Amino acid sequence: MNLPKACHGPAIELPPPLPSTKYNSWGRYPRVQHHTVYQVDWTDQIQSILNNSSSAGCLAFGLGRSYGDSCLNAGRNLIDCSRLNRIMSFDRQFGLITCEAGTSLAEILQIAVPAGWFLPVTPGTKSVTVGGAIANDVHGKNHHRSGTFGLHVKRLILCRSDRGILECGAHLNEDLFRATIGGLGLTGIILSAEIALKPITSDGIELEVIPFESLAEFQALSAASDADFEYTVAWIDCLSGRYLRGIFSRGNHAKSGHLPREYKPGPGSSLDIPSFMLNRWTAKMFNSAYFHWNAMRNSSVSIHFDPFFYPLDSIRRWNFAYGSSGFLQYQCVIPGASCLAAGELIKQAARRNSGPFLAVLKRLGGLTSPGMLSFPRPGLTLALDFPMQGERTLHNLGLLDQIVMECRGAVYPAKDARMSPEVFDSSFPGWRRFRPYIDPVMSSSFWRRVTRS
Amino acid sequence: MQKFLILGATSEIAQQTQRLLAKAGKELLLVGRSPERLKAVAADLQARGATGILTLSADLADVSGHPRIVAFAQEHFADFDCVLLAYGTMHRQDECHHSVDLSLVEWQSNFTSAAALLSRFADILQERRCGCLAAITSVAGDRGRASNYVYGAAKGALSLYLQGLRARLHASNVRVLTIKPGPVKTPMTSHLPQSRTFADPSRVARDICRALEDDSIDVLYTPWYWRHVMAVIKMIPERLFKRLPI
Repeated sequence: MNLPKACHGPAIELPPPLPSTKYNSWGRYPRVQHHTVYQVDWTDQIQSILNNSSSAGCLAFGLGRSYGDSCLNAGRNLIDCSRLNRIMSFDRQFGLITCEAGTSLAEILQIAVPAGWFLPVTPGTKSVTVGGAIANDVHGKNHHRSGTFGLHVKRLILCRSDRGILECGAHLNEDLFRATIGGLGLTGIILSAEIALKPITSDGIELEVIPFESLAEFQALSAASDADFEYTVAWIDCLSGRYLRGIFSRGNHAKSGHLPREYKPGPGSSLDIPSFMLNRWTAKMFNSAYFHWNAMRNSSVSIHFDPFFYPLDSIRRWNFAYGSSGFLQYQCVIPGASCLAAGELIKQAARRNSGPFLAVLKRLGGLTSPGMLSFPRPGLTLALDFPMQGERTLHNLGLLDQIVMECRGAVYPAKDARMSPEVFDSSFPGWRRFRPYIDPVMSSSFWRRVTRS
Repeated sequence: MQKFLILGATSEIAQQTQRLLAKAGKELLLVGRSPERLKAVAADLQARGATGILTLSADLADVSGHPRIVAFAQEHFADFDCVLLAYGTMHRQDECHHSVDLSLVEWQSNFTSAAALLSRFADILQERRCGCLAAITSVAGDRGRASNYVYGAAKGALSLYLQGLRARLHASNVRVLTIKPGPVKTPMTSHLPQSRTFADPSRVARDICRALEDDSIDVLYTPWYWRHVMAVIKMIPERLFKRLPI
């Protein structure tokens, strides 16, 4: 990978600063005002923006899919990198793709899938940038097999205010590389990265769905499936009242079938779900219908990868369904094999009237990410969506924090908008070792909140 | 049409258009100012499967460099079918009307140099009796507005120039396509307050590619509704128009 030349003086035109208006995170909570937003169009513009920034003033922004405030920088500046979406090289033989950090996973799939390659790890939406996937060290349904996104980053180019443009990888600036993976965008601005893709022979997924009616059943299914299935995940219904029920999905890339000549992700339905449509009762009805539909349908089917990995991408702006006060996603990991704490968490979460509308459960595997602040660790991860209903919601989530802290688990920064410094410290005891790698001009609302700085 | 010569290949609309052209298997000669940025654009197209991408770095607003561009095209990209002119600048209107020098720069980049370069390519295509000249002007050139008339004047002049050129080249079987986008979300307009009327560059690029293949189109408005919006705006009597805060 060629290093871009250091910024040469006045020849580079800086983008004009934009007044910040509509830069929100996916949960649309908290709503903050930024001082200035720079929309950059070329990687060569970034160094001069950083050089002209005051201390702790900047943060890169991609597609705004982080749920809480880790992609926000209240009162300070954002650098919108979403237009840095050029592919720099694509090796069709070995499946190596190098692209600018604002490239979305959807754009990578468009190029890679027809050539027989797939993302090594993908989160539940393809509308995230490569830079964001690295900064949050995202994981997916194949964590038990392939670990996190960061494990598949061969190298990256980082732009820092104090050290200029430098390449980082497993053998080069290794410490900075490990700090940048899962580093919440604080170690500098990622200009580009090289990702190792994985081969596929068709765009289909052989999927099996199995209903279950207790956590123990989930555990047994998970244990029985992890060896034979690349992708596993469970959806659970917390609103059914008496007992816990859910649908366990497991799948593999189809061996037979064909590669599409063209993969064109649809723009998604532009129909917004009005917020009055989403409440406890409709969510309960939906969950019940979803459970019974899946419990009845043929357990083994072959489907396209798009609805399998990205079911919610088909509804553009589904986050608006939670109304103007937004919503909070709570994702935590409970280490170890036991599911007692998870059961307690689910019970606690469902106890209140604002119970979670959507809940996802997954067993994370033992592959360790190079990232210093990486969230995934062996254990059970649980993700719950709560509509934001003010203090009450925050208090309820605080109760969940207590359970997570007691079993030495962790809360996921990419989804968080409210965890206390104590919870962060307990989740990421190594954060003080990470701190020296932070670029002096970078900061985020999240970081200032959890480190009281 | 198979071979496209793009003038201003690093502009956002050009980049999006090139991705579509490359996907359709076309050959491209990309001309732009910054060699590094041209390289990045060419690499992107190649990674997306394009073959036959050439680049030439040149300052298009500098008229004295034009003969070199034409010579390069004839030598390395002979028999090109289409020339697409996609470069332009938009300085802030308030800065322009306070500075004659800046206005001159604006006219030089948006009209004088563009017309000069198109003239050279027009002669080549006329002699060859085939091909297409396409240029991106703007709806801002349809009527002078207080908020944008320095830029608008240059784009309006370019539209007029293209209109005349079309009439002249019609007999020679050379097509001239005038492309008039409304406001588009690009680096050129990022200093303006963005509103819902700003179109996506990829959408504009799709319209351009369609128009390039459709010989019946002389003037393309993109998105399409700007044809009707501008028709109305052009009908407003001047006595009233001069009072409107637009």
